Amino acid sequence: MAEKDTALMAHLMRRAGFGAQYDELERRAAKGYEATVEDLLNPTDETNGMDLDLAERYFIEWNHFIRCVPEYIAFRMVNSANQLEEKMVLFWHGILCTADSKTQSYVASYTELEMLRKCGMGSFKNLLLEISKDPAMVYFLDNCLSHKDAINENYGRELLELFSMGVGMDGEFNYTEDDVKECARAFTGWTIANGIPAQPYGRYSSQFVYNPDDHDDGEKTFLGQTGNFNGEDVINIIVKQPATARFISRHLYNYFVADEAQVPSWMDTPPVDMDTIKMLEDEYFKSGYDIKSMLRVLFNSDAFKNARFARIKGPIETVIGTLRLVGDWTAPKPGFESIFEEMKHMGQEILNPPSVEGWHTGKEWIDGGTLLRRINFIADHVGDVSYPGIQEIVKSLASEGPTISPDNLVNGCLRLLGHYELAEENLQALLDQARQTGDLPTDNREFPQHVAKMLQMIVATKEYLYA
Amino acid sequence: MTTNKKDPVLVILQMTGAYDAVNTFIPYSDSHYPDYRPTLQIKPEDVLAVDDKVGFHPAMSPIKDMYDQGKVAVLQGIGYPNPIRSHFRSLDIWHTAEPEKMIIDGWLGRAIKDIDPNKENILTAVNFGRGLPRALAAPGVSVASVGDLSNYGVLTGIEGHEDRSEALDIFARMYAPMIGSGAVSDYLSQTGLDALKGADILSAAPDNYSSSVEYGGSPFAQWLKNISQVHLSEFGTRVFYTGVNPGTFDTHANQNVNLPKLWGDVTNAIADFYEDLKEHNANEEVVMLLFTEFGRRVQENGSGTDHGSGGVAFVIGDAVKGGLYGEYPSLEPSKLDSGDLQWNNDFRSSYATILEDWMGLDANPILGGTYEKFDFINK
Repeated sequence: MAEKDTALMAHLMRRAGFGAQYDELERRAAKGYEATVEDLLNPTDETNGMDLDLAERYFIEWNHFIRCVPEYIAFRMVNSANQLEEKMVLFWHGILCTADSKTQSYVASYTELEMLRKCGMGSFKNLLLEISKDPAMVYFLDNCLSHKDAINENYGRELLELFSMGVGMDGEFNYTEDDVKECARAFTGWTIANGIPAQPYGRYSSQFVYNPDDHDDGEKTFLGQTGNFNGEDVINIIVKQPATARFISRHLYNYFVADEAQVPSWMDTPPVDMDTIKMLEDEYFKSGYDIKSMLRVLFNSDAFKNARFARIKGPIETVIGTLRLVGDWTAPKPGFESIFEEMKHMGQEILNPPSVEGWHTGKEWIDGGTLLRRINFIADHVGDVSYPGIQEIVKSLASEGPTISPDNLVNGCLRLLGHYELAEENLQALLDQARQTGDLPTDNREFPQHVAKMLQMIVATKEYLYA
Repeated sequence: MTTNKKDPVLVILQMTGAYDAVNTFIPYSDSHYPDYRPTLQIKPEDVLAVDDKVGFHPAMSPIKDMYDQGKVAVLQGIGYPNPIRSHFRSLDIWHTAEPEKMIIDGWLGRAIKDIDPNKENILTAVNFGRGLPRALAAPGVSVASVGDLSNYGVLTGIEGHEDRSEALDIFARMYAPMIGSGAVSDYLSQTGLDALKGADILSAAPDNYSSSVEYGGSPFAQWLKNISQVHLSEFGTRVFYTGVNPGTFDTHANQNVNLPKLWGDVTNAIADFYEDLKEHNANEEVVMLLFTEFGRRVQENGSGTDHGSGGVAFVIGDAVKGGLYGEYPSLEPSKLDSGDLQWNNDFRSSYATILEDWMGLDANPILGGTYEKFDFINK
């Protein structure tokens, strides 16, 4: 296996998934890059390699009402063989945002995330339709409070501003305030039965309901077109806009390729890589708004392949990636809460984006508190030689012979963590450190500790903040 | 009186879970009160009365004593427009000072930016607790967030003094800024080195400190002790934040067992903190704001109280002009807001008073508007 193939596979799995252990990288690399992309795009195994019956006995009620939904979502991210599907759930969860802080209904959040999993790689038009009917969203953005004689613009506005077109592009506004009002009018009557939340007692599932009596059936003019539009008509107009192609392409680029400017500045800040954005926009229209086709183009592009370590990992990617690396949580068990708290304290809580704008990304993930939290979490895990994933790394290094040189120790650890690359100065710092001890006997009882210490230093680097 | 005037310091005490305003600051002589609280009523003779209408919960005697000394402002009927009875969203509103829409940065984050625009002191704000509250978050603002002061720092999991100090040396070397590596890399370097330095400075605080005050064993009491240690070390921290864990005051059940214990622990810790500052001649430097996310339902549920609105908050310190502020909301059934106290005093008025009259900042840009101030800070 050529090193560069595994290195590229490590890159693909960090981006299209939550990372993978080295043996999986080698296995997938042997199968080939394009074949792996197709595997990720076309899941066939319905259980995705997970024992969901067993999981249900631990995460009781995940699909019911009260508890365990974040645990269930995280368990899937750690264990699903179809990593891209889970990665897309997180992608849309950060764009088509609802927050449990307002909805306070795990059953509604669960329903929404299942919908995102089912529809997240299909037609964007269908996805917009589904999210507009999603009970958590209808409640979160107050569309259930929008009536034909008293419109509430909240959903109408965010649908345009944050879910599809964005405020503007190339320095021009994409829509007017009147468009927002007309859009909101078109969605009157799109409501839910069984309100959320069911305070003070009891929770039950809610369903989307279309109430024609509360729908404003009058003539509307939206983005220059006039008719007795309903919500679906408005979505049909939205998906045809070049602004929508741009908006979705930039989001995909920011999530999968390289850190971009933050959404609020997109009107005036052009994309960093216009060629790749253009390629994605073209595919959006050519494929009939098909997200899977856009992802295929993206993962097979040189821009993607050349963008190693161009994104700062988010907290969920960091925590899930670490669990996958060390081989923890491969089966359900109690005690997930502390893991969930880690993500939250690193700045990203599943089911609770900080606002309808989703999480800010890139360097905004990192401040003094979150940095310490992140480094200490990863270092504590890779430093624990009882984890099977760490034992595999130790075994792999020991297989090189009775002793290992300082340079091979450093480079071997970097490789087994997923072909990380350090700046010259930092590599030198680690080599200097390793050379103090010299060649290490690999059958020595202390060898695993030496490896663990080197792994701890590597995961504390700036470079390891990136994916 | 000391003459060398120190910079004013704000300590926020967040009582998460939503304490019951009615049984915290009790309208004991209101004829409706016993009707709403057949099992939870605090008898008039037990209430720590401040006048013939209202008084503190009996477990709050340390605060009542401070009230009697004129050091406690009681902010009655505090709330925000369109009350929401969700803990999370309601806390968000208190944190961001923005009830209308969800935003990311917090009111204190914006204040810290104002206090230290060039980030000259990495310890301008310090949080003690698990995770950074949104109140302190703002782009470009760096806040030290400490779970356990005795074990705070980089790579704390590495055991052995020598191994760890070796690891920290390498860490410092690897986070040194590199020429031409770009703005993001420079930012990461700076953040890493600040965190390292901040942890280094903070870790000295307990060693600098000695006091005759013995704090209680609760995390809240220990965090107040940590605040005292850091404040007395004179690192220039202007905003401290701490509180109790989520859900602590969420007394849906067994309120008469839980609430006295909670208020006893919390108010004793506050009194200990004040005494500690006084022992070190620092009592005039600090003002505390104690708040919760919302009040609880006026009508009890038989054993506890459910989520409501309209609360009470307290501002405590030597610089405070003690007394009652805002109006106690009416308990007349027709005057309740869906069974809850009707708020009459926007929380941002108290924020504005603290920001301007205590911290000496311009409140308008921080709060995104002008709010009528109270007169609870001595000029």
